[in-house]
Parts: sequence; C-alpha cells; structure tokens
Amino acid sequence: MFGPVLWRFGGARDPLREIQRLQREMNQIFSGLDQPLSQEVPPVNAWVGEGDVIVTAELPGMDTGNTDISVVGDTLTISGSRKAEALKEGESYHRQERSHGQFKRTLQLPFRVEADKVEATYEKGILRLTLPRAEADKPRKISVRSE
Amino acid sequence: MMEDNVTYRRDPARSPVETERTRNRRVYVPKADIIETGNSMVLYADMPGADEKSVDVTIEKNILTISAMVTPREAEGRSMFYAEYDIGDYERAFTISDEVDRDRIDAVVKNGVLKLTLHKMPQAEARKITVRTE
Repeated sequence: MFGPVLWRFGGARDPLREIQRLQREMNQIFSGLDQPLSQEVPPVNAWVGEGDVIVTAELPGMDTGNTDISVVGDTLTISGSRKAEALKEGESYHRQERSHGQFKRTLQLPFRVEADKVEATYEKGILRLTLPRAEADKPRKISVRSE
Repeated sequence: MMEDNVTYRRDPARSPVETERTRNRRVYVPKADIIETGNSMVLYADMPGADEKSVDVTIEKNILTISAMVTPREAEGRSMFYAEYDIGDYERAFTISDEVDRDRIDAVVKNGVLKLTLHKMPQAEARKITVRTE
C-alpha cells in the first residue's frame, strides 16, 4: 500500500505537494481498481551506488520505439505513451483498468550523470536505466602529504 | 532465555481457515482489461516483472486464476534511496461462463503483459431454445 517510500525528490521543499500526494495515496487505497490510475506514471525505484545510479520503472506493454529517455545534468526525463487496445467493430470492453496514454516523468538524480554512457534495457515490462556518475562530479580524494 | 509471553503467544485460527501462501511475499492484483469479441474474450493483465516461465493460468470449474511469481532483480553494491513501487507476486481470479472452451485458451506474455484469449464454444453461440405454445 504505502510501500517503502523513503523520501521523494524535492518533496521536502514543497509541503503542498506532499499533502496532495498523501491525498492521492489515501484515495487510491479506498478507491479500488475501477478508478483511473491516479498515481504518477510510471512508478520508479532508484538505487544509488558509488559510481552510478540505477533507476527502474514499471512500464508493462510499452512500445520501446515510442519511449524517450533524456538526461541533462542531473535531471532524468522518461516519456512515452501506451496505446489502448484498438477495438474492432462488434467488440466491447467488459472492464478497462489498465492505464494508457501519454506519460512523462522527470526525476532529479542525486548527482550529475554521464549522459553518453547511460544504459537502458527493457525486459519483462520493466525499464532499467544505469546512469554512471559524471567524472567531474565524482568526489575527489585529497591525499595529505607531510612535509 | 525465553520470554514467557512470546513462547505462549498463539494466534487464533480464523474460521473457516484461510489458506495462505507458502511464500511470504506481497501479492498484488494485476490490473486487467477484458474485451469481448464475437467469438472470444481477450484478457490483458499488467504484470511487470513476470515472464512466460513465471505466469500460471489455471481453470477449475468456472474460476479462471492467473498468477505470477516475480523474482526481484537486485542492484548489487547499491542501496535503495527512492522507492515508489514494491515488488511482489500477482494473483487474480475471474469467474467465467460455460461458453468458454476450456481446452482452447491461448496465453502469451510479452513485455510484462499477459494476454489470454478465451475462445467460446461454437455450440454455445448457436444454442437457442425456441419457446412453443401448447
């Protein structure tokens, strides 16, 4: 339900957004499946290591040709669309719960990344991005000399 | 050293006894679209993280159950710092009508989406009872 949400990008800066998010989550809990997807699409998880950050996004049934991933400095943008199943004549929906349409998500990464070396894979409906930390942004070790 | 209140604490069973899964994992209900066509029903279910090996489709009497086990892919040497979705298994059951042919169900998993095609029995389409007067 709530999941292991540790913190959100920029969340601490904007309390109104946090309240809206809480409201959305409460609505989701009580609304059941018939409501349109109100959370931000796609949901993402992120892991951070010393030299890179891994971002995964749940995007089942996505057309990889329609997806756009861009990185500028420390900002990652994932956008694309998912089409609803086209109905032929005489066909009708019994239920339609899966979301479709355009999505766009912008995330602020914990550091600047090397845009040229970003790797993206799409497997089993999960987009996985490996974003290496920019050389210029890596912490520098300063050796102390004795004189 | 054992603490008494821990040793003797027992959970009362629910009545009727609820079945539990052997895997202590969260289970999610996959979102689904069901489309009725002339001679079949097509079900799409979003199961990100599931593939053709992990998805199970079973029919017992008129209950169609779809389930999938998802193995989380860890990111070694890195620590999670932001999470919006949790990884778990999927399970959902639907009641289906008698006109679905149990022997002709096609299941395909592609990009984390399960597509089930449930064909209707040819006889069921034509079965119509004429009402007579006496």
